[in-house]
Amino acid sequence: MNIRKLFVSLVGDKTSQSRKFFLSCIPPLLAIFVFFLSCGIVVHFRGQDALEFYKIILSSGFASFDEFGYVLFNATPLVFTGLAVAIGYRSGLFNIGCEGQLYVAAFAAAWVGMHLNLPAFLLIPLCIGAAMIAGAGWGAIPGFLKARYGAHEVINTIMMNFIAFALMNYLVTSVYQEQGQMIPQTPQIHETARIPRLASLIPFLPQSNPLNASFLIACGAVVLCYIFLTYTRWGYELRLVGNARDVASYGGINPRTVTVWVMALSGAVAGLAGVAEVMGYRYRYLDNFSSGWGFTGIAVALLGRNNPFGILSAAVLFGLLNKVALDIDILLGIPRGLFLAGQGMLIIWLVCIEGISRK
Amino acid sequence: MIPSTLRMATPLGFAALGGIYSERAGVINLALEGMMLMGAFGYVIGTQGSGSIWIGLLVGISFGVAMALLHAIATVTFHAEQVVTGIGINILALGITEYLLPPSKQVGGLPHWQLPLIGSYSFIVYLLPVLMVASHILLFKTPWGLRLCAAGESTEALAALSLSRAKWQYLGILLSGLLAGAGGCFLASEVHYFTKGMTAGRGYLALAAVIFGNWRPLSGVAACFLFGLATALELANRWNIPGQLLHSLPYILTMVVLVGFVGTSRPPASLGRMKS
Repeated sequence: MNIRKLFVSLVGDKTSQSRKFFLSCIPPLLAIFVFFLSCGIVVHFRGQDALEFYKIILSSGFASFDEFGYVLFNATPLVFTGLAVAIGYRSGLFNIGCEGQLYVAAFAAAWVGMHLNLPAFLLIPLCIGAAMIAGAGWGAIPGFLKARYGAHEVINTIMMNFIAFALMNYLVTSVYQEQGQMIPQTPQIHETARIPRLASLIPFLPQSNPLNASFLIACGAVVLCYIFLTYTRWGYELRLVGNARDVASYGGINPRTVTVWVMALSGAVAGLAGVAEVMGYRYRYLDNFSSGWGFTGIAVALLGRNNPFGILSAAVLFGLLNKVALDIDILLGIPRGLFLAGQGMLIIWLVCIEGISRK
Repeated sequence: MIPSTLRMATPLGFAALGGIYSERAGVINLALEGMMLMGAFGYVIGTQGSGSIWIGLLVGISFGVAMALLHAIATVTFHAEQVVTGIGINILALGITEYLLPPSKQVGGLPHWQLPLIGSYSFIVYLLPVLMVASHILLFKTPWGLRLCAAGESTEALAALSLSRAKWQYLGILLSGLLAGAGGCFLASEVHYFTKGMTAGRGYLALAAVIFGNWRPLSGVAACFLFGLATALELANRWNIPGQLLHSLPYILTMVVLVGFVGTSRPPASLGRMKS
């Protein structure tokens, strides 16, 4: 009986917001638990010590500020792609095209950063703006085709991905390739276009740590996204179109217009992942730099229940996984495919749970 | 030019036929990529393990079907979001194959048949037109096929005949796993190796061919040949056209068709819908 009381006090009464919130946290937490459990079981059946495996996970992520810095660094692009997917999803649109959008945006940032020589306070916003506009444009095309011709955005965003890969590959191998280099990459961007590393600001971080201020931009984006979705008129329109299209049109909202700007916004946010890479880390555009961030973003959004703060936590978890995957490969000889497969299963579990609850 | 077109088009054609069965039954199939990858992987480890290419083919196809079964359980039984499930399966397949990456040892290819006037190709290449015509007849001229299509056209039509929609959808998805798996086997058998992520977006391209061909077997496979030709042109590259342009041509064409500038594009009416 006491346990029941405790549960009620934790969960609140039937209709309260806290109960709803608590219940919505259960599936993702359960999925994460099953994920780590099954990874441990696989490791055990390889004939390796599962406990050692868990210890490495913890120490590789949290042993020092340096390690944790890497986790947050890995999480940065995933925050952006996760938010981008969620923005679309809340409006009933699948943006599978984050990968293409972030490539186009990264190139735009690199182009502006290479060609303009301006002081930092002008150049950094210009680069970010260019990237967001490029990402928005790349996202708006499928949005427009959906709104005007009813063409399904899933197929079109996938097609736009492949077109982006080909276009970027062309630009970076034939037009803007760095002189005298075999690597398909552009020259470096100007010093003034670079987003500073946090190592120079935070004393406990070693200089080698790649964590940079784009992580702070990501945190800002999370808060802005939350405010935008929850408290603004546009956020309301976006959610209304996602939840009840007919009600939205009856209420004087044009779902077609909303579709176009939502896809553009989603693309712009996905583009910030490219900004983090080009301006925060590599200082140039390298062909094929993203390791499937756009697709991981789908997992991040699912795990974060399309809530900006949930997405931030999910992105940090995936940032941890990406870092741990490297360490267990080196220390235990376990290929990183284990986590990739686990991530695939995680996605499938989560959509199944969501499917059952909708049924 | 012709040999490389055929080699490019064949795995696409198999996956596209698979995609048609699944989508005609009303289930969006983005998992073709993962099914093909598992097919290629199964072919290589099956052949390495048993020494027989036939066992390899069987293992490859059954791996494709296993992925399809997962897709079917998630989407049909649990009503999971079909697009996201498909992406999840592709990531899963990438992870499994990366985790169990077989030693890069050469495996035998599928037997080649010498035909007069055509040349010598893997027998799978000759199987494609046969399957294409068979699928057309099966889907549009037999009660069996009409029921499968009914599952995709309406959520309730089969219920009116007291048939189970879920059963037909399972069948459609499993068939797509079988065909996409076979396509993956062909892919691995031609290069004799398995490499990480070797399908390289072919599953998505096959899906594009399904749409390009208006969800019909004859035109779907024809689209695969067109896409194969684009890739063959890119490889030959005699005219100084940027290869990347030819490479993205199939994707651009698909978008143009989807928008309806050329002909009419009409997907199965209840594609992606689980409830009325």
